[in-house]
Amino acid sequence: MLDYTAPSTVEEAVRILAEAPGTAKVLSGGTDLLVQLRSGRVKPGLIVDIKKIPGISTIRERDGGFVIGASTPGAVIGECEALRRAWPGVVEAANLIGSTQVQGRASLAGNLCNASPAADSVPALVAARATCVVAGPRGRREVPVASIATGPGRTSLSPGELIVEFHLPKRPPRSADAYLRFIPRTEMDIAVVGVAVSLTLDAGGVCTDAQIVLGAVAPTAILVPEAAAALVGRKLDETALAGLDQAARRACKPIDDKRGTIEYRTKVAGVLARRTATIAYERAGER
Amino acid sequence: MSKHHISTIINGEPTEFLCEPQLTLLDVLRDELRLTGSKEGCSSGDCGACSVTVDGRLVCSCLMLAVEAEGHKIETIEGMARGHDLHPLQRKFLEHAALQCGFCTPGLLVAAKALLDRNSNPTETETRYWLAGNLCRCTGYDKVIRAVLDAAAELRAE
Repeated sequence: MLDYTAPSTVEEAVRILAEAPGTAKVLSGGTDLLVQLRSGRVKPGLIVDIKKIPGISTIRERDGGFVIGASTPGAVIGECEALRRAWPGVVEAANLIGSTQVQGRASLAGNLCNASPAADSVPALVAARATCVVAGPRGRREVPVASIATGPGRTSLSPGELIVEFHLPKRPPRSADAYLRFIPRTEMDIAVVGVAVSLTLDAGGVCTDAQIVLGAVAPTAILVPEAAAALVGRKLDETALAGLDQAARRACKPIDDKRGTIEYRTKVAGVLARRTATIAYERAGER
Repeated sequence: MSKHHISTIINGEPTEFLCEPQLTLLDVLRDELRLTGSKEGCSSGDCGACSVTVDGRLVCSCLMLAVEAEGHKIETIEGMARGHDLHPLQRKFLEHAALQCGFCTPGLLVAAKALLDRNSNPTETETRYWLAGNLCRCTGYDKVIRAVLDAAAELRAE
């Protein structure tokens, strides 16, 4: 027996989730949850639709950074000019999820909590050092996006907790990010490998900060500090790119499946890291 | 199981229905409201045959619970023609023979209209990407794309 409720405040949602007998599932955009409901993979007793909570589906600027509501659909993220300027990689990653139709519903919180190793928006958010506000029975906590997914389909959220919003920090000058996903076609597929890169350059074009994150090559998106170390203190020359390529390949712990073998995914991760870093570098140099 | 009472506006008409919480918007459109133009292809958001707009935003009606429609404006393929006057997109699909079995056609038309409502002059590439979530297994896509671009040109000339 399934029931449905749509609370109008975060506190009410938390109370309902904490008191729900049996399994309650949070409904954001629903593009993963409805498929899982239909297949019987999840059998909740209660669906808690959070989209009636004011502000949960909107974007606002704050202190030079951005606050993105948990349920903001990909299409709305893609239409936010200021966000696209500041965080082009985060926006292109979010907009790669599914079709135009899926973009009309799919949210960052859903992509994160569905906890697919191949989730497109997650590497970009981690590379951006994004945080999220988690509300629960013991109040609110702000944690790195990187701390949420713990394995395929698993998160660090406790019963009664939900994600309320994402925070993207203010950008220093000459900073930019990029996300590339490798799939065998151009649209509507799941990442064989995804790479997010966020860079900050000095006036001479030398990298002063780098975040490199790989998707679909481990149980969760993985931050690769060794790949960042290959770039920091250098321009994006062949030495830097070769170091990045090697560090990215070394960090891979992929599975063999129909989308690619371990060997193939590992090779592609290195190539894609080079390409993504090149795009982020060019974007940063234009600012 | 308690049914939910839902108030919406569908194709401009205030519409109310009772539904169980597990039903999708597509289930209710087809089985309750008898609006059977929206098709059920995959029920997993992959094929686009059930495309509708919600407050002007293109979505798969199979990926939305009917209860989520409360207070929202839904447009389906049934709202596209004005009486016997076909929408230019519908006419161009016929002229270009952009359909064979027709199962994907309502979804393609709703999706194409959502594109032209936003962008009156899309490029072929933009049109192909926009419609990437609408699968056709018989006609292929070239005629569909030609029909959409031709309809866009006609609408711009009006």
